[in-house]
Formats: sequence, structure tokens, C-alpha cells
Amino acid sequence: MNRFFDVVRRDLRLALRQGADSVMVVTFFILTVVLFPFGLGPETNLLERVSAGVLMVTALLAAMLSLDRLFQADYEDGSLELLVLTPAPLELVVAAKMLAHWLSTGLPLLVVAPLLAVLLHLPAEGFVPLLLAMALSTPALSLIGGIGAALVLGARRGGVLLSLLVLPLYIPLLIFSVGAIDAAAQGLESTPHLLILGGFLLAALVLSPWVAAAALRQAVE
Amino acid sequence: MVRAMNDPRASLFQGRHLACQRGGRLVFAGLDLSLDSGGALLLLGPNGAGKSSLLRILAGLLHPVAGQLAWAGQDLAEDPEAHAGRTHYLGHHDAIKPVLTVTEMVRFWARLHHDDAAAADRATHSALERFGLGHLADMPGRMLSAGQKRRVNLARLLAAPGQLWLLDEPTTALDRASITVLEAVLADHRAGGGLVVLSTHAEIALPGAAVLHLDRFAPPPEGLS
Repeated sequence: MNRFFDVVRRDLRLALRQGADSVMVVTFFILTVVLFPFGLGPETNLLERVSAGVLMVTALLAAMLSLDRLFQADYEDGSLELLVLTPAPLELVVAAKMLAHWLSTGLPLLVVAPLLAVLLHLPAEGFVPLLLAMALSTPALSLIGGIGAALVLGARRGGVLLSLLVLPLYIPLLIFSVGAIDAAAQGLESTPHLLILGGFLLAALVLSPWVAAAALRQAVE
Repeated sequence: MVRAMNDPRASLFQGRHLACQRGGRLVFAGLDLSLDSGGALLLLGPNGAGKSSLLRILAGLLHPVAGQLAWAGQDLAEDPEAHAGRTHYLGHHDAIKPVLTVTEMVRFWARLHHDDAAAADRATHSALERFGLGHLADMPGRMLSAGQKRRVNLARLLAAPGQLWLLDEPTTALDRASITVLEAVLADHRAGGGLVVLSTHAEIALPGAAVLHLDRFAPPPEGLS
């Protein structure tokens, strides 16, 4: 288990010192969300209606921006071979890298989202479900996206291929996240949506490290 | 075959009838090797003879298309993590992160191989000293020269225990003085019961090492058979 946290610590240190990924993801999120009021006009009613969808879709796209770097840098400089050859199970190492990815990209998104929600006139009842839905869906983005990132290793234009692979898998997360926020905004119960999101997260948590580790073993052959 | 693998007289690390295929082409076939503790194996052969591929097979990164590998009579495929725990692999890439310092990089790998973090930290320090990197301990990876990067990578070998060292052209970019240090480190490792498999084009002193010419295991050119 110490090895797990050693890998998390190393990846966080890399993310903090390079900084570019986290800053890029958050900046993309903010800028894109800010574009919507300009494009749709400042009508409060309209913004209120689309705010949940805009926030979730943009967060999802922002999280995807940094995914292709998840294993690519380690693959290019030979670290990945060494990570495969550690006494710790590769699945554990992969899970640690996915956790570090979420901490350095998903978590900042979660922090900024309520501020942007104010900008988009999200109804007050929607804020708690927004945070909960993002807390459940952004880790799932890192987990599922990690599979894609492992699969496209070594491919040219991997980033584009990655989007094509992963975006369809994000659709259920999007539907239930927006469902939870909309339900709360209309005064309905948002718990069922959140429970389904939790289910997705658990399934992704169990499956993704195994699938991604298998893909990585193929990649280093 | 199974009986032969469990033969008590068999060597510690054994490969039988190994064959390797890369990109649809058979690189070598019918290759046998055996190593005992303290032993060394020098891989020779022209470019493309399969030296790197053989080292990757021995590390467990690449699966041979035929043949078996066994450590102390146990098939490697049965417990790849135990094999990874006793193996240090040094490939073409130096695994240097531009933003991490020398100590951070070596200590990270040491801790992954070591159960005891404090011991890993001590070993990291002495490994860096051994390869003359003590004054560079806080230098970020992007400031290192090619030879220094290679030495950082070599320091990884000493920073955590590993009985089997698989070194793919370890002398690349090293100066003469560093090669002498590496030779001494290899001798110490073997004196302590370690195994070394090494491929090189340069001169390196490896007394008593068995030599494997990989081009002798190349399959006959197509059209002749």
C-alpha cells in the first residue's frame, strides 16, 4: 500500500512542478463556460435551463484534455517499462496514477464549478447536487479515460483517437449528472440519479485498473 | 521437460528453447541459457540480432513465442511480480523526469522495490555517492548530461536489492571513469551472489562471463529451407 502512495505522490509532484496540465484544464473549463452567455445571450431563464448541461459537458471535455498525458510521458521516457517491472501489481500502480490524475485535474474542476454555476444562474437548489454529481462523475472520468489513454499509447494522433474511444462511454455519466441537478432544480428528488452515478463509479473503480493494466502490458511489449 | 525444470541440479535462472518474434519476423529460435548465482552472461551480436529483445524477455516485458524461462525451477509466468521484485532492468531509455531531482527519481524507484522506506532512502544516498552523483543530488533531471542521466539510471540498481540485473548497453554515454565504477559495481554484485546479463558493443571487463553470440541462433534466411 505504501507503494500505491509513492506513485500517487510522484505523479502529484510531477503535476505540481509542471503545472501546465491542471492550469490548462481549469482554464479551458472557465473560458468555455464563459463563452456560453456570450453565445446564448444574457437571458436568465435560458441560462438557468441550460446551466447544468453546459457545466457537465464542459467539465467532461476539460477532463479529457489532459487524459492523453496520463501514461504518454511515462511511455516515452521509459518509466512505464520500469513501472511494469515493480513488485507491486501493475493494477495498483495504474489505480494510483488514475487517482493522481483525478486529484490534479478533476478536483480543481470540482472547486471551480460552483463559481461558474453562479455565472450561469444555476438555481440555488442545484448547487449541492452539482457538487455531488461532479464528485461522483469526475473520478469516473479519470478511471474510464485511463483505459482509453492506455489503449492509444504509441498511436499517432492518440489524443483524437482517445476522444473517439472515450466520449461515448461518458454519455451515461452526463445523463445522470445533469438529471440529478435538473431534478433538484425542479424540486424533485435527486438521490436516485446520484446513486446510479455512484454505481458507475464503483464499477469503473473495479474494472478500469485491470483493463488499463492489461492494455499497458501490451503497450510495453 | 517439466521434470528437467524441477531438476535440483538445474541452474538458478534457466531458459530453454526460447524463440522471439518481432514484427512478424523470427529474430532467434532454439536459444538455451542458464545462469547460477554470481554468474554473468554477455550478449553479443550485430544490430538486430535480438539482444534487446532477449533482455526484455528475461525481464518479463516481452513474451517469447516459444520456450520457457524458470527461476529456481519455477516457471516465470506463474509469478511475474516475484520476478519483477528480484529484477532490475535497464533499457535504452533513462526514465529521467525533467522536473524531478536526482534524489527524488532514484528514491522513488528504490521505494517501489524496497519494503522499508527508510532503508530505501539510505540506499539511495549511498548509490548516488557510488556513481559520483552526490553533488548532483538536488539537480533537476532537465539539467543533466547524457552520461549523468545514464549514471542516475545505474544508481537505481544499487538503491534497491535485486538479484538479477538485466542491462541493455549500460555503457552508452559513459566516460571511461564511470565504466570503471560500473565494472566494480558489477563485480561486487556478483560477489554477493547476484546475476548479470549484459549486452554491449563497448569493451567492458566482466571476468568469467559466459558469452552468447545471438547471431548463431538466427533462423536460416527464408528461401534456403
